[in-house]
Amino acid sequence: MARTITYREAVNEALAQEMERDESVIVMGEDNAGGEGSPGEMDAWGGVLGVTKGLYHRFPGRVLDTPISESAFIGAAIMFVDFMGVCFDQIYNQAAKFRYMFGGKAVTPVVIRTMYGAGLRAAAQHSQCLYPLFTHVPGLKVVVPATPYDAKGLLTAAIRDDDPVIFFEHKALYDMAGPVPEEGYALPFGEANVVREGNDVTIVTLGRMVHTSLEAAQQLAGAGVQCEVVDLRTTSPLDEDTVLESVEGTGRLVVVDEANPRCSVAADISALVARKAFGALRAPIEMVTAPHTPVPFSNTLEDLYVPDAQRIANAVKAVAEWAR
Amino acid sequence: MTETAERKALTREQLLDAYRMMRAIREFEERVHAEFATGEIPGFVHLYAGEEASAVGVCSNLDDRDTIASTHRGHGHCIAKGVDVAEMMAEIYGRKTGSCHGKGGSMHIADLSKGMLGANGIVGGGPPLICGTALAAKIKGTGGVGVAFFGDGASNQGTTLEAMNLASVWNLPAVFVAENNGYAETTSSTWSVASENIADRAGGFGMPGVIVDGFDFFAVHEAASEAITRAREGAGPTLLEMKFTRYFGHFEGDQQTYRAGEVEHARAELDCLKRFATRVAETGELTQSDLEAIDAEVAATIDRAVTEAKAAPLPDQADLLTDVYVRY
Repeated sequence: MARTITYREAVNEALAQEMERDESVIVMGEDNAGGEGSPGEMDAWGGVLGVTKGLYHRFPGRVLDTPISESAFIGAAIMFVDFMGVCFDQIYNQAAKFRYMFGGKAVTPVVIRTMYGAGLRAAAQHSQCLYPLFTHVPGLKVVVPATPYDAKGLLTAAIRDDDPVIFFEHKALYDMAGPVPEEGYALPFGEANVVREGNDVTIVTLGRMVHTSLEAAQQLAGAGVQCEVVDLRTTSPLDEDTVLESVEGTGRLVVVDEANPRCSVAADISALVARKAFGALRAPIEMVTAPHTPVPFSNTLEDLYVPDAQRIANAVKAVAEWAR
Repeated sequence: MTETAERKALTREQLLDAYRMMRAIREFEERVHAEFATGEIPGFVHLYAGEEASAVGVCSNLDDRDTIASTHRGHGHCIAKGVDVAEMMAEIYGRKTGSCHGKGGSMHIADLSKGMLGANGIVGGGPPLICGTALAAKIKGTGGVGVAFFGDGASNQGTTLEAMNLASVWNLPAVFVAENNGYAETTSSTWSVASENIADRAGGFGMPGVIVDGFDFFAVHEAASEAITRAREGAGPTLLEMKFTRYFGHFEGDQQTYRAGEVEHARAELDCLKRFATRVAETGELTQSDLEAIDAEVAATIDRAVTEAKAAPLPDQADLLTDVYVRY
């Protein structure tokens, strides 16, 4: 039965239910419980933003705090994706390649949960959207859920998956609430979700930008422009068919992505559509992304950095009104 | 290294400067703590209060040739290396007049003109930088020394351990200062550091390791003086381990349920400013009125910094795209 819980609670619940289901599932990370070796209480934090709270006492011996030694422990749950730099070799040269290099003889059933995204005034080393780096690497699966429902279902699928999965949780979505079934369920990878139907312009997006895009679509509906909004949900594997079908219906595409624009998901989707749906396009493709800059600290600059509904609406209007 | 060991006498000016720096850090951090609670300061702020003797005890041995790398808990290192407190405060408020024009914030305050290579958001990000500046100093023959401040958490990072090994292999003029405040976020260093002391690891890198009472300015100053002199003279790097505690949480807003009582004890019994005051009173080197004059001067400076920061302009749209590259 579905009831309303937050994105944070949905992630926690998926972890708990999978730990119940499969006792080989363990969780490790920095301050995942919190208080290890300290005189006060254990489970002091439950992760830096409280996502794993409660698991420590519920699953004795299966929630491990780690020293700040990412290269050594990279196994599950890393704090901010920005910190992946110090352990990237373990991910892209080791975990990603084991199966292929070893001729299909190895499995690497690991989920690396990480937090990404701007909006918390956390500046350049704690705010990045680095899923393009991981999407680029064959062997990794990359999940970027936008809602509590997707967070639970996709994390459950990730834990059950035998390949290495990088699971991106947006820091600014943790308090967002939405309907989530109580029972466990897995959502398939590589299936985008059409979260809004429309005939005029396709918006392809992911993660937090799904909500910003929906906000823009709502505004535009008032102006008579009907957007179809496609939430990719996973960038690897990528659901090409849903994207292409939508663009074939609308003939116009705006890609919305919080990440930087170069060699990005936005660029990838644009290339896909230009190659495979060129005949359907009735206007140039637009990309609404962060600029090609690091994430700035100051409120005014960070607000300009992150795409907002107005920028999306402007891009959609430009595409909708474009004529040869 | 004990207080009873022979120490080079500090001049009256040096003592006044050391007290002024430590007091400035304390006042700065207490004020940021209070201002953060009002909601006006954005983002994550990690305060250095309690650890002042480390930054000042080390940096009072440095000059303009020398460089330091810092941590997410970097305000104290910045002040001790001479970064302007008004510009720092403006940066923390995200203002255009800040040290980094509002683009870095608390976790990235830097002033390269002062040899301050930046607070750092990446645990273990600083020590490799010091290998670079120390190598440059060695090649250019400037006599400069690079000092890496890092926490007990970073002491477990590969980057830190690799940097110590490289500094030793290349015989670099470097000093590694492990600031062991007891906790990496919530996790106790007594648990996360597998050796008894961080300093014990120095032997594995062929350098001396020295445990220092991080609440004692004089002990820090003396140990740092020896290590920095050694580095400057070409005898290679040293690892110093400061033992103390931080007075505030990992970041502002941390409820700190993982510990209890130790901050009150440290503030009452171990505090670096109190111990400094007691020591100079006993030796007669400074008077109570000397210290009170500094307290008043520092309080006015920090107050002015806050007032100016609040009134300063925010960056605007044009600033978003500048300074990504030198030329593009």
